[in-house]
Amino acid sequence: MQTLDLQEIGLRAVNKTLHAQSADTNQTSWIIENAKGAHAIACGLDAPIEVTVKGSTGYYCGGMNSQATVNIHGSAGPGTGENIMSGKIVIEGDASQYLGATGHGGLIVVKGNASSRCGISMKGVNIVVQGNIGHMSAFMGQSGNLVVCGDAGDALGDSCYEARFFVRGTVKSLGADCEKKEMRAEHIEILKSLLEEAGIDADPSEFTRYGSARTLYTFDVDNVGAY
Amino acid sequence: MCGIVGLFLKDAALEPHLGEMLTAMLVTMTDRGPDSAGIAIYGGATPGRTKMTVQSDTPETSFAGLETALSKALGASVHMSVKSTHAILDLPAGTTAKARAALPAIDPALRLMSRGDSLEIYKEVGLPRDVAARFELNTMSGTHGIGHTRMATESAVTTMGAHPFNTGDDQCLVHNGSLSNHNSLRRKLRRDGIHIETENDTEVGAAYLTWQMQNGATLGQALERSLDDLDGFYTFVVGTRDGFGVLRDPIACKPAVMAETEQYVAFGSEYRALVDLPGIEHARVWEPEPATVYFWSHDTPAPTSKAA
Repeated sequence: MQTLDLQEIGLRAVNKTLHAQSADTNQTSWIIENAKGAHAIACGLDAPIEVTVKGSTGYYCGGMNSQATVNIHGSAGPGTGENIMSGKIVIEGDASQYLGATGHGGLIVVKGNASSRCGISMKGVNIVVQGNIGHMSAFMGQSGNLVVCGDAGDALGDSCYEARFFVRGTVKSLGADCEKKEMRAEHIEILKSLLEEAGIDADPSEFTRYGSARTLYTFDVDNVGAY
Repeated sequence: MCGIVGLFLKDAALEPHLGEMLTAMLVTMTDRGPDSAGIAIYGGATPGRTKMTVQSDTPETSFAGLETALSKALGASVHMSVKSTHAILDLPAGTTAKARAALPAIDPALRLMSRGDSLEIYKEVGLPRDVAARFELNTMSGTHGIGHTRMATESAVTTMGAHPFNTGDDQCLVHNGSLSNHNSLRRKLRRDGIHIETENDTEVGAAYLTWQMQNGATLGQALERSLDDLDGFYTFVVGTRDGFGVLRDPIACKPAVMAETEQYVAFGSEYRALVDLPGIEHARVWEPEPATVYFWSHDTPAPTSKAA
């Protein structure tokens, strides 16, 4: 277990140390103390290590993450896990706006609530939120799954492509071209395994699936005369 | 980009440290705006007296005979204290309008920064650290205050383009964001007789609130109506004589973080502005909802209220 004091050595030294870990490092477990809401903590990690941040983080924690597991023992600021490629981010508290923005893979888990624009432009990341999410979530979501055990705000899945949304609570309103979808056996399986992976105890049958009505993103240039 | 900080003290024991606490919060937000900085401090009112803060780019000449000249114009005793380019004028209650009218004749270089019984506004071009040092902000005490660091986007970097903007007696506004309909709104407000000095979009937002309140709206109502009349991005923090309010536009892209303990209610554009506040580890930390007016006041029994 290695401990880094962010206030003592500075953000660059923290990130540089973590970046120096290769695929076969034997220093797989890291703790970052005195985060004090700093931005860009543990960004761009690319090794199978586990990093635990003690305290709340600022913007972009775990951004561009590959392979690593980042635990935030506090709340997380805007853009946490943006462009995540693989690996896992677990937030014990709440997450601010545009969590996991444009994420390509991996898993993000929020034990508290997420905010507006959660999963905006998601491209394969899976996001599981135990609480609620805010407005305009999964705007233009292309692929991946967004699971919400609580409620969703206005304009869920506006202009989405093939990303899937599972909401257990209420949805304040659906965005453009987003509609309620049938929950089939294969969706129950997807949802079940996501909830298990997230360590959240919830019954998949209590969720409603939402997704693209496929009348917006299927634009073909041959039809340009219709507009 | 801009950064906003705000502190409303519930615990009177912290009042001597208000300036110090706000300055630290403000300097942390420097990355959000290096162009200029300003602080509004509610330092407490003296019965029978009121205040005006004025500024001049040539303070030696402008302030030289100001106290005497203004006392003469009012026919009453005025006390002046000088802090760098700003002078705080302590006037008899009820003489603000007369004093304001007398200023241009005394020296046209004088600019009015604030008026009110408790409010003092200090703002200048420069880094937050330097602006704070210039005015010795960390020595100031008071019940509540708001601060702003500016990244100029819609208009030039000037003293008068800095926030906070004084919107009425003891009232001021700071803004993170940019208004898009400020030009048409400025024309409309000027036609209605509202004085707007700069091309700054926030000044228009402040003038809009003033205009609403002059036409009978409460501050809460004025903020509610701004949701319909203002176009653009905004997190607004307003200071009033006995409290402060927060409003985010419906899209709420511009950040806002709040923390509350038994000792204070604090506002920051980023969580890291709040990290050195006493008891922050156990504070209730949350983000205000979009399109919702929040208001805290010393005068109401419950320290927090959320206007519908």
